[in-house]
Amino acid sequence: MNVWPRLLRRKPMEAIAIALIGAGFAMLFQPFMLELYSYSFITLLVGTLMFIVVSKFPE
Amino acid sequence: MLKTPRRLAKKVEGLSDRAVAWLFIAPTMALLLAINIFPLFWAIGLSFTNYRANRPNEAIANVGLRNYERILTDPDIWIAMQTTANFVFWTIALQTVIGFGLAFLIDRKFRGHAFWTTIILVPMMLSPAVVGNFWRFLYQPQIGLFNYIVSFFTGIPPSSFEMLGSVQLAPWAIIIVDTWMWTPYVMLICLAGLRSIPDYIYEAAEVDRASPWRQFWSITLPMALPFIMLAVLFRGIENFKMFDMVNLLTGGGPGSTTEVASITLKREAFEKWRTGYSSAFAIILFVAVFGLANIYVKALNRVKQR
Repeated sequence: MNVWPRLLRRKPMEAIAIALIGAGFAMLFQPFMLELYSYSFITLLVGTLMFIVVSKFPE
Repeated sequence: MLKTPRRLAKKVEGLSDRAVAWLFIAPTMALLLAINIFPLFWAIGLSFTNYRANRPNEAIANVGLRNYERILTDPDIWIAMQTTANFVFWTIALQTVIGFGLAFLIDRKFRGHAFWTTIILVPMMLSPAVVGNFWRFLYQPQIGLFNYIVSFFTGIPPSSFEMLGSVQLAPWAIIIVDTWMWTPYVMLICLAGLRSIPDYIYEAAEVDRASPWRQFWSITLPMALPFIMLAVLFRGIENFKMFDMVNLLTGGGPGSTTEVASITLKREAFEKWRTGYSSAFAIILFVAVFGLANIYVKALNRVKQR
């Protein structure tokens, strides 16, 4: 029996990480709001670290 | 037949295949660690300090996240990021469309296609320093060939516009040069993709009376897509670091119109000597490119599996 929690499976977690990276990337290069630019790096960093970790999770 | 020297054979005799494999990989791993991984961690360490490389004897203070805070609230660096995004978007878009178009034409195998492939590949083989210098001459408003060609086609007097001195035209001048130089690279990767499509698929499509247009959209493009994506990944990573061409052609000017992130980084690191600050900036750029490359590789694998 697979005891790994359903929410912590690779697919949904990877989707969240990818969304964070995408959002961080857009925030870093967008020309509209300086505040968004300021929070871009932390968003990118969390997304990237999360992606590295969750890509090792079971399917 | 060559034999393994007896002394070496004796030494590796008791080793498993895995251990022998590690022995072969070890020198490369050591080199990678020394010239890639160690500087990366060193730069991460420096990014939390006020270290200046031109004052090596000065005491180094830990400034915590202040360098990151300054970079992420600086409107000038924000503008440099937008300039970089603008360059990356336009160069990749143009290089992909033109590169794939050229690959598609070269793949037709017309008479002399090998000769034309070589000719098209020449710009890619030149040094960026050479390319930068001769394009500066080509862009000269008085004697430059570029202005005369534009004048010939549009009727605008050649000395009435300056590609490298105009705020509106300077970014496009660099985009044109980068596209001219690196489109052959994209073409080469796309050509490999097109040549890997087996002929029998087209033959089956012919039997089914699929039109050339339908063959292009249903066979050529989907099967060449992993290669196109790979080319975009390589050029994207490379163009984020675009430095030499911008430095040679405009040096970031006029004003700061063409000041991409790498030019700002160089100024902070080697003109203002703010090593800690510039390390933080380099780490931000690295995380951005690394994060994007991760999801891009994921997308690439998904396309390959289809």
